[in-house]
Amino acid sequence: MSGWFSALATALDPLCGPVGIFSLLGQGTVVACGDAGWGDEIAFGVKVTVTLAVATLPIGLALGFLIALAAQSQDRLLRVAVGIYTTIFRGLPELLTLFIVYYGLQILIQSVFAWAGFEQRVEINAFVAGMIALAVVFSSYSSEVLLSAFRAIPKGQYEAGDALGLGRGQTMMLVVLPQLIRIALPGLGNLWMILLKDTAYVSIVGLSDIVRQTGIAARVSKEAFFFYFLACLLYLVLAIISSFGLGFIERWARRGEVRR
Amino acid sequence: MSYSRELIEPRPAPPVPSKPLNASRVTALAILAIWAALAVAMVWLVITGWDEAKFLRYGPRYLSGLWTTVSLVGIAVILGAILSLPLSFARMSQNRVIGAIAYSYVYVFRGTPLLAQLFLIYYGLGGFRPQLESVGLWWFFREAWYCGLLSLTLNTAAYQAEILRGAIESVPRGQHEGAAALGISKSVAFRKIVLPQALIVALRPYGNEIVLLIKGSAVVAVVTVYDLMGETRYAFSRTFDYQTYLWAAIFYLAIVETLRQVWALLEARLTRHLKR
Repeated sequence: MSGWFSALATALDPLCGPVGIFSLLGQGTVVACGDAGWGDEIAFGVKVTVTLAVATLPIGLALGFLIALAAQSQDRLLRVAVGIYTTIFRGLPELLTLFIVYYGLQILIQSVFAWAGFEQRVEINAFVAGMIALAVVFSSYSSEVLLSAFRAIPKGQYEAGDALGLGRGQTMMLVVLPQLIRIALPGLGNLWMILLKDTAYVSIVGLSDIVRQTGIAARVSKEAFFFYFLACLLYLVLAIISSFGLGFIERWARRGEVRR
Repeated sequence: MSYSRELIEPRPAPPVPSKPLNASRVTALAILAIWAALAVAMVWLVITGWDEAKFLRYGPRYLSGLWTTVSLVGIAVILGAILSLPLSFARMSQNRVIGAIAYSYVYVFRGTPLLAQLFLIYYGLGGFRPQLESVGLWWFFREAWYCGLLSLTLNTAAYQAEILRGAIESVPRGQHEGAAALGISKSVAFRKIVLPQALIVALRPYGNEIVLLIKGSAVVAVVTVYDLMGETRYAFSRTFDYQTYLWAAIFYLAIVETLRQVWALLEARLTRHLKR
């Protein structure tokens, strides 16, 4: 099953598959696939970038949803507690957040180990550190988007849920959430684009994403302009694909709206 | 007709009902406890790891890094604003070709990471040294600081052009027509009627853009500019002291929060005639 799946993935690989761009146009150049060029390395970088962004999105969204719920709670203390979170992580540069998470987690785990009695050097996975840092930043921005979407939903919707005898959870899932998604989608789409670009920072702590792979290629082949231009182009293609995807999702979310 | 002969005795206010400890209160206390623990850990880290020599050595470097960040962002914002003016006009132009060129500029610079743009300018254009030397521009592309400034400027120009365009288009048509009816020329109408109204709309997005640029400017540290982030990385690579990053975080938060407060005051002042 998995062998069949990976065979399909290889066959449909848009960069280095049998009908990939690099395999068709890059033969004999620096972007050829295989050992001759950098095509397969860069294709791997694209995969890492996309995987990181896709893996971060659900965590960031779930965290952001919880924070938005907390930010509109009746309890003042809870609002203050999550206010500190959003202020800190919206004010720090993403790069600094990444460094703080990357080195901070290492120190934390090491000191926990030392306390438990092992003396061991711990090297944290750059992918995990990047995922945590980006999810934290994404959640603090998405909580603002979701909060304003919550405010756009009239109180009557909650009251109607009560009148129909729905519980609080049911009102949230069946009445509020479908409208919330529709209202918040444009804002969340922008945040997705920002997330996709922010994944580039992870190259600085050593994850083999697009920027790092093209950077290695640029240093070895001495064609820096071409490879960094290629990196920009790849990000641009990802952005274009995402905007198509987002348009599709937006139409899907609006399918219930009355046409006027 | 009946009326009450005795008034009700004045009574003290009913006691405030004590708030039960519900789920949200417990969560709030737990999160606040985590924040307090982190703050205590930070203070403890600073106190136990305090080193007079390190402070004297890296303190001034941090301040110079702070100045580099502030000046870099300040110059980039001003140059970007100048560049964004023709860009936003090109974006609104009736001419399809000019509009398409401006649109693709904005799309490219907003669709790619600042880090990749910076590498393209610093390492990519650095590869054309003979050509750049022949046109006498090598002194510019040799310096990481200038390359950082150029990439920040080009990046913020794209964002600012969109902000400005949105703001100008948000001014109702009637304002243009009113000016035309009064016989005011187009350029004067733009400067004295449209632009002031547009800038009020654009004020908040501009503030956000400056905050984003301050945060984005940290990437220039990667190409050896010693801004706040660069000095932090330098200090960390020398001392392996985690405090260095905490100090950088405090500095960045201070800049961003100060800017946000100043901007809120500025906005309140500039829009005071709109309050009802």
